[in-house]
Amino acid sequence: MTFALAIEQLLNGVQLGVMLFLMAAGLTLIFGVMGLINLAHGSLYMVGAFACATVAAFTGSFWLGLVASLAASAAAGALIEITVIRRLYARDHLDQVLATFALILIFSEGMRWLFGSFPLYLDIPPLLEGAVALPGGAQYPLYRLAIILAGALVALGLYGLISRTRLGMRIRAGESDREMIAALGVDIRTLYTLVFALGAALAGFAGGMVGALQSVQVGMGEPVLILAFVVIVIGGIGSIKGALIGALLVGVVDTMGRLLLPQVLSLMVPPAQAGLIGGALASMLIYILMAVILAVKPRGLFPAQA
Amino acid sequence: MKTFLKAATLALSLGASTLAMAEPVKIGLITTLSGGGAGLGVDTRDGFMLAIKQSGNKDVTVITEDDAQKPELAVQIADKMIQSDEVDILTGIVWSNLLMAVVPGAVAQGKIYVSTNAAPAALAGEKCDPLYFNAAYQNDNLHEAMGEYANKGYKKMFIMAPNYPAGKDSLTGFKRYFKGAVANEVYTQVGQTDYAAEIAQIRASGADGVFAFLPGGMGIAFMKQYAQSGVKIPVMGPGFSFSQDVLPAIGDAALGAKASGQWAKDLDNAANKKFVPAFEKEYGRLPSIYAVQAYDAAQLILSAASKASVKDTAAFTAELKKADIQSPRGKFKFNTNRHPIQDIYVTEVVKDGGVLTNKIIEKIFTDHGDAYAQACKK
Repeated sequence: MTFALAIEQLLNGVQLGVMLFLMAAGLTLIFGVMGLINLAHGSLYMVGAFACATVAAFTGSFWLGLVASLAASAAAGALIEITVIRRLYARDHLDQVLATFALILIFSEGMRWLFGSFPLYLDIPPLLEGAVALPGGAQYPLYRLAIILAGALVALGLYGLISRTRLGMRIRAGESDREMIAALGVDIRTLYTLVFALGAALAGFAGGMVGALQSVQVGMGEPVLILAFVVIVIGGIGSIKGALIGALLVGVVDTMGRLLLPQVLSLMVPPAQAGLIGGALASMLIYILMAVILAVKPRGLFPAQA
Repeated sequence: MKTFLKAATLALSLGASTLAMAEPVKIGLITTLSGGGAGLGVDTRDGFMLAIKQSGNKDVTVITEDDAQKPELAVQIADKMIQSDEVDILTGIVWSNLLMAVVPGAVAQGKIYVSTNAAPAALAGEKCDPLYFNAAYQNDNLHEAMGEYANKGYKKMFIMAPNYPAGKDSLTGFKRYFKGAVANEVYTQVGQTDYAAEIAQIRASGADGVFAFLPGGMGIAFMKQYAQSGVKIPVMGPGFSFSQDVLPAIGDAALGAKASGQWAKDLDNAANKKFVPAFEKEYGRLPSIYAVQAYDAAQLILSAASKASVKDTAAFTAELKKADIQSPRGKFKFNTNRHPIQDIYVTEVVKDGGVLTNKIIEKIFTDHGDAYAQACKK
């Protein structure tokens, strides 16, 4: 394995991690503040991707599409918070899982009804096309670098929002004691809607950006949702910092596993077998990682104060 | 006397109509209509229903259900269709893992299965069944064709497929004909959406060609990411990787990709010239390979039903096996294992009047069967 390949794979891992962070941040924020398990988070990611593809096709501008993905998913998030989610805070997790699972089905079939069963076309903006040379002779797609940068900016912004602003203060207060901040006169309903819309917007933003790299289709959110759950379990449910570390860990371990496992195995068994077994093992790797971390730290790496 | 005559005429006319159409036929179409693979199932259903509609045959009823690309759901639907809907024939499954879950049980209960797409090796050889027909191909076929094509000018290939039965059949098929070296053999996850790790391996592999079997959304994701990666190694694949259902979403990144197929839109024969405009008129889009395969499956069932009663399984399957249809693929007949013998072509993705489509560049196999037929003794 060459140095260039190692660098490229490391970047790939980081890029996957950054995407997962955008998903996991919203998920963990919603769980941390409202105590809600939101399975429909993947649907908001899909809403973002569809909004981006539709607006980009209509106006010809990917950037407008990206703005639309933020707006549409935040709006969809606020809408379901007010109509459905709000009724679930006081109920137990099983009810929440059932209701948000129903939302997945409603969103999926609604999207199919609106856009049809065939994948939509969404391309990378001309500004970010092609690959750039990296030190060490590696080449890397410019768009993926842009995703890493955007993700890093969002992480910084989120940190600033939560640690430096009044809204952030309320979010932190909500995380540590929900009843108390309501008793102190904070408008908890609006706060919940805002937090939910913020989480949804992050998911939609991820959907819009990733949509240009893969196919924009119904059901695209669920595989990412599962990974995002793995991330927040590893990072400690409710912790933004945990989500960031967990996402990067999952991204890098997954990418490196897909590369290294078949190579290591090919030293022992024929290449065709190594590819098969290695591929199967690589897809299990992050779950093994999760199991190991939970065995050592049952509440994740950075458990939020309960 | 008068009443006797009347009764006789009635009996005769009934007799005549029974000859033309043996008996009502009930078909259960199980396919993927929701989730990521829905595009394939929608084309399967639409191609199938087009043939039924064109025939104007009122004695055929089709019950359609969505398997959501889940094996356990497909099995439940099949059981329900067999036991409570009492269908005579099952068809429509797109994915090999679902087919493997449904077919053995269905044929064991005496139901005929006509596959519109999935064709795992396991059901083509020793474990073949007189009630199981495949109207599409055998899974290996299109990959074998690309292996043969790669012999012309490629020395070292990077080959890649998802980790499920059809993916393994794919790479086996490719290697059966490809004589050069295999730089790397990679199995990806089914439904994988990010191929950065694989693209990095392609870049580092030193291969002079890439063979990728990635149907549906997987192919869209791979091709878009590949185009952005700056890797310039030419990509080829079986027809599914670049079929009409995914081309609009891949966009210009697909231009120039070579693929194999037993059918293309520009294939020059009378049935195809009728089929393509009819499909476009009915559904407002171009047909994909899945639509053609399902169209032929329906034609096969209709043709057998016009000659034999579906309740007489032996006679009906004998008629099915004659494959008395006008296929948009041109020549079509069944091998001894009830899988097709047909011509296979290599196509290239081109832009035709602003629309991306596949254009035939050469015929790679004539009357091609499959490697498992000899092992099928039933």
